[in-house]
Amino acid sequence: MIDLRDLYQEVILDHNKHPRNFGELEGADRHADGYNPLCGDRLAVYVNLDGDVITDVNFFGSGCAISKASASLMTDAVKGKTLSEAERLFEQFRRMVTEPEMPADVEALGKLAVFAGVRDYPTRVKCASLAWHTLRAAFDDLHQPVSTE
Amino acid sequence: MANTIPESPPVLDVVRVRQDFPILHRIVRGKPLVYLDSAATTQKPRQVIDALTHYYAHGNANIHRGVYVLSEEATAAYDGARKKVQRFINARACREVIFTRNSTESINLVAQSFGRQNIGPGDEILITHMEHHSNIVPWQLLCEQTHARLRVAPIDDQGELQMDEFERGLSSKTKLVAVVHLSNSLGTINPVSEIVAMAHQRNVPVLVDGSQAAYHMPVDVQELDCDFYVFTGHKLYGPTGIGVLYGRETLLDAMPPYMGGGDMIRSVTFEKTTYADLPHKFEAGTPHIAGAVGLGAAVDYITGIGFDKIEAHEKDLLEYGTDVLSGVPGLRIIGTARKKASILAFVLKGAHPHDVGTIVDMEGVSIRTGHHCTQPVMERFGVPATARASVAMYNTRQEIDRLVHALHRVRDTFPL
Repeated sequence: MIDLRDLYQEVILDHNKHPRNFGELEGADRHADGYNPLCGDRLAVYVNLDGDVITDVNFFGSGCAISKASASLMTDAVKGKTLSEAERLFEQFRRMVTEPEMPADVEALGKLAVFAGVRDYPTRVKCASLAWHTLRAAFDDLHQPVSTE
Repeated sequence: MANTIPESPPVLDVVRVRQDFPILHRIVRGKPLVYLDSAATTQKPRQVIDALTHYYAHGNANIHRGVYVLSEEATAAYDGARKKVQRFINARACREVIFTRNSTESINLVAQSFGRQNIGPGDEILITHMEHHSNIVPWQLLCEQTHARLRVAPIDDQGELQMDEFERGLSSKTKLVAVVHLSNSLGTINPVSEIVAMAHQRNVPVLVDGSQAAYHMPVDVQELDCDFYVFTGHKLYGPTGIGVLYGRETLLDAMPPYMGGGDMIRSVTFEKTTYADLPHKFEAGTPHIAGAVGLGAAVDYITGIGFDKIEAHEKDLLEYGTDVLSGVPGLRIIGTARKKASILAFVLKGAHPHDVGTIVDMEGVSIRTGHHCTQPVMERFGVPATARASVAMYNTRQEIDRLVHALHRVRDTFPL
């Protein structure tokens, strides 16, 4: 039997209610908009860089608890990392939420591991991934909004 | 001794009805399924499933032109299904009943055939703010092609069409009105007869989108006096992939074909092709024969139960549901029209509809969350999405209670 807590863990509920690094970052080096047409989630991700190190990252927007908490935890996780380290983290995260078996290196994801339960809710994978897709678009400094569809 | 039997109100034997629907006995997420998404698609009774199986197991052949037994039987079954639909909506003749894939295709057919023939630059098409995307986008495409203009009649805070504004929207430029009979995201029942009368005063034909209405209330196209009426089989307890376009014969007769191909022709030469008579003119290619047969079985099933009983039962569920849902802290119902049916759409303060849907699903309760293909309605009510429970004849008060119980779990997860 699936326990509610598997998906809506305390950490997720906390980040949903009190999102970290939340708000527009004026004059950010990089910025992109993300949109999930399935549930209407919209968020923007702002990045400041020093060379290829992420010195500051914020998000802003509205959405379900999963997408908002994922964005919040993502910003905490990638701050201080290089672009390629952040890309690697996204790849690990993507595998965790989509692959049937839990990846062996899930520990490396730290707090992000709270999203492991999303794997059992395929329709919610997009909610958990929206912020990451938007972050990647911000790296590329895409001016077209990215969509999960 | 002469006894007078008092007239008793119609009562639906819901326990018996539920026995007809195999899927309702499924266990999902460890709990008995509560299916409250019939506005998206209804479940199918054994009678419909059996009709499909029987057709493929015993009667399958292509229709028309075959001189052998199976083809004659298949043709009779397909034509028989059309006859059942004709009686179901009280069309004057079978020629007025066109089989399509679904409501969407029916609307696109009218837009591209009637629309391109009769609508030109500067003309207007009048719709309402509560239309499903399928009754918006085909008209936008037509407007792009013909340089016509789409006008939208507003709705009020209850989700009712503002009739005075609607009437003001009708002008000498209006060439077509397209309006939903029963809104899929609000439950509003529009005053179609009144709308048709207003439009006809100005010689404007009216298309009615009956996708939601057709399985909740009796539809009489002659009484409504509408010019086109569209609905889909899969919301009518029938199969997917089969829909209906009713059209007034004089209009259909004058319209050019929508698609060309087999079955819709009288004769073909490389110089000149003449088209078949109605309804075949609009049914190019091998149709969904099994789907039509299944739809016929669905119509028989509904007729056998009776709309008096179905309506009374669903009215009770809607009233009960409205009452108990209102008791959930922070819940706001979207769509409170005086005349409404079947739809309980709501938002829950502090919880996104998508999270509501997932948590409710964990309790075995299936509801829909999102914009319900009515983004303008979401915008009108200032919400990104809603959660929507919709009822059909097989639902019970106990199932509504299960939904409310599940919503309390949502409340526990997302406290106010």
